[in-house]
Amino acid sequence: MSAFFILAILALAFLITFQIAKASEYVSVLKGEEKTFQQNNRINAFLFMAFLVLGLIGAWWCNELFYKKTLLVQPAASDHGEKIDIMLWITLAVTGLVFFITQILLFWFAWKYQYTEKRKAYYFAHSNKLELIWTVVPAIFLTILVGVGLFYWFKITGDAPKGSQIVEITGKQFNWLMRYPGKDGVLGRKNYRLTDASNGNALGVDWQDAASHDDLESTEMHLVVGKPVQLVINAQDVIHDVGLPHFRMKMDAVPGIPTTMWFTPKYTTAQMKQITGNKDFVYEISCDQICGSGHYSMRGIVIVETQEEYDKWLSSLKPQYLTVKESQAGQAPAAAAPAKDTLAAKPMTAAAKPIAQNMK
Amino acid sequence: MSSEITTKVQAGQVTHAHAGHEEHHDHHEESFVSKYIFSQDHKMIAKQFLITGMIWAVIGGLFSVIFRLQLGYPDSTFPFLEDLFGARAAGGRISNEFYYALVTMHGTILVFFVLTAGLSGTFANFLIPLQIGARDMASPFLNMLSYWFFFLASVIMFASLFIQTGPASGGWTIYPPLSALGQASEGSKLGMDYWLISMSMFIVSSLLGGLNYISTILNMRTKGMTMTRLPLTVWALFFTAVLGVLSFPVLLSGAILLLFDRNLGTSFYLSDIVVKGEILPNEGGSAILFQHLFWFLGHPEVYIILMPALGMVSEVMSVNSRKPIFGYMAMVGSLFAIAILAFLVWAHHMFVTGLNPFLGAFFVLLTLLIAVPSAIKVFNWLTTLWRGNLRLTPAMLFAIGFVSLFISGGLTGIFLGNSTLDIHLHDTYFVVAHFHIVMGVASMFGMFAGVYHWYPKMYGRYMNNTMSYIHFWVSLVGAYLIFWPMHYSGLAGVPRRYTDWSNWQSFNQFGDMNRFISTVSMIVFAVQLLFLFNFFYSIWKGRKVVTENPWGSTTLEWTTPIRPGHGNWPGEIPEVHRWAYDYGKDGREFIAQTEPVGKDESSH
Repeated sequence: MSAFFILAILALAFLITFQIAKASEYVSVLKGEEKTFQQNNRINAFLFMAFLVLGLIGAWWCNELFYKKTLLVQPAASDHGEKIDIMLWITLAVTGLVFFITQILLFWFAWKYQYTEKRKAYYFAHSNKLELIWTVVPAIFLTILVGVGLFYWFKITGDAPKGSQIVEITGKQFNWLMRYPGKDGVLGRKNYRLTDASNGNALGVDWQDAASHDDLESTEMHLVVGKPVQLVINAQDVIHDVGLPHFRMKMDAVPGIPTTMWFTPKYTTAQMKQITGNKDFVYEISCDQICGSGHYSMRGIVIVETQEEYDKWLSSLKPQYLTVKESQAGQAPAAAAPAKDTLAAKPMTAAAKPIAQNMK
Repeated sequence: MSSEITTKVQAGQVTHAHAGHEEHHDHHEESFVSKYIFSQDHKMIAKQFLITGMIWAVIGGLFSVIFRLQLGYPDSTFPFLEDLFGARAAGGRISNEFYYALVTMHGTILVFFVLTAGLSGTFANFLIPLQIGARDMASPFLNMLSYWFFFLASVIMFASLFIQTGPASGGWTIYPPLSALGQASEGSKLGMDYWLISMSMFIVSSLLGGLNYISTILNMRTKGMTMTRLPLTVWALFFTAVLGVLSFPVLLSGAILLLFDRNLGTSFYLSDIVVKGEILPNEGGSAILFQHLFWFLGHPEVYIILMPALGMVSEVMSVNSRKPIFGYMAMVGSLFAIAILAFLVWAHHMFVTGLNPFLGAFFVLLTLLIAVPSAIKVFNWLTTLWRGNLRLTPAMLFAIGFVSLFISGGLTGIFLGNSTLDIHLHDTYFVVAHFHIVMGVASMFGMFAGVYHWYPKMYGRYMNNTMSYIHFWVSLVGAYLIFWPMHYSGLAGVPRRYTDWSNWQSFNQFGDMNRFISTVSMIVFAVQLLFLFNFFYSIWKGRKVVTENPWGSTTLEWTTPIRPGHGNWPGEIPEVHRWAYDYGKDGREFIAQTEPVGKDESSH
């Protein structure tokens, strides 16, 4: 019913606009086209000036409303993030200056040079000097922006420091899985053909690689404050993206092509709660690459904590290898024999062979 | 307005200079089919592109209004949506899958069908022969085919909206593996095949058109029309066509390989995939390869969209400032620079894909270089306005609005083109704001400027001014109200292409803003319908054009009869003696291109 009502109002508004428009056309014929043209010209020129003034006020007001809701009011939570914030402010200053100068000139000219019978347009076809100025000046500013930007870019994308913590994160529709290397500091080898979530191997870890035996799995990402961390990023099905807005970091997760990124968290989750004054604050991992119908819900959690807290948490986890072995041992007498013949198990055994050969 | 009419060329010429055009004499007894449907007249083909583009614009725009309902009012239900879309909007809320289908179709339709076919298809066809002084395109038949391939593409894409599993829903960039695997998404089932086939037809259409535009501009200019005397519209359309011809085939190859991966079991883009627990046999492909192929077209594509607008705005602005365009050669040079750079920046869409950072550095440099020719254009437009005598016609309003949007959206490109900032801003609402302003709305404004300016030439009538003014002011204010606040949610890291942010601690603070944006978008959409009404009403009921040159323009299209027939000039094609921008020279209002250079005339 209300939809009907809205449509009716809309139709009425159209009708009224149309009638006014037609009437004004008749009036213009009566008044003479020249006169109507001049009148319309004055109105539109005035509106340009009004748009400029109201637009500037509106931009200020918009800033009042929304600035405090952005990340600009929080310190970046990683060292890389701080560099990115500096770059952001430099760029904002340069572009902001250009924005205000050009927009003000544009609308001011549109108002100031509106048609009058008295003025003759000034024939001014080109000026090498002027054109040189506004080729060179932007080029200089851009060189600065490129220079500073690349300086930071290479720092951010350079190699992770030795001794960085390593965390593997794997995206799949529609959640994140983490893996930690355990005491040996090495992540066990994987083969996607071994993936078998129902038997405790959601990541396709190759249990034949001894390095995998102490690997720990979790759905939360725990990081140590002040310690560089390198993320090893994978995807199982489609492209995802590890977005860490508070750290200002982002990297795609691509099936078949592992990617990495590293940064050093600066504040623990508890510290960020104080800094932001938000007792519910939590670092979130967002998926930033469209990945299907659940894309918007692909949320992960990062907990940044002190080394002691981290060690305590890590020791509470049990290596996935042991979990799998135990459950297999428990099921073995009843289920092991028939399970080997099921269809689901076949690709796994078939794939395992070449890997075993590779190891020799 | 005073308008001296240059009728020299009209007076009873007898013979045709161009032997190849004799056949145009017998076009008087055209049938309905050959005149309006399978027409080979470039002007009619232009109108076909324009009106098909308008139909698509309504569909694509409506889709955005529908998904803005979801974003603006996440807690409300809209029963009429269920009436319209059935199970896809069960309970009056659009399903997640359908949301992504709408987003994907909105992008596809607006980028390709409206702003490529509708914009450059319309104005390249309409303006090139008229402004260079040719009777038609180099090959009117291929030109006709170009439209009908576009029509075929349209039919296939439209049909995909109605299939059971819905249209493609992986975003307009259709990155595999999402777009390659039916298991991963409903929209990657049959809908994706439709999308790929439709786009292939579209690319054929675009190539036929583009080759025609290039050969027409290079070979069929009238006597005296050297390249440096061409109006900037023609230059812009020329570079647009070159970009399209060189880059669209790459997308075609990308699309065909994707079709193979989908249907023939190849592994161009697929490797090491486990989808919904199913282990796929594909190994050795690269999902990133597709992105390279896609963006090798995709980035030139945004200039394919923008450049015709750059050209038309230059023309409209010069005519209505009653001044020459400032720095004609610099304008041509900057178009050329943009066209070259357009091919060398594609990987700036891929900074966070794991691209080699060293390689990324070159793309940063080349991307930010584009800001230089863009800055030249902006300053030249400002200088064109300076000390002019501005006639604020609807076309001129849109041209000025275009410059404002081009500045706003162009400057945010300096953020995103810098890889360091792109790490943070990539795929957030900052990007949405950036490309909608600079590519979407700005190009639309260029298109509106073109439509209002050349409408008298298209239909021999004017559009209603009052409705045009309302259209302009609501569109300009609306564009800023919709997209300006989005920069802020982008700076909060809010990711794009999210159906709902309510479960996120970091992104749920923009509910009011989203409601506001959605409301404004509905108003702006309604005003576009007013424009369409004005357009069609004026075809039959608009004020009649009584002079051949209503805007007092120098260019050749205004030397044709008010309603030119097929062949454009009844007599001989006029000869050109000067460049296209002699406005306000030597105290004269304007000097048409057809007027020989006088003895005492000052040189510019």
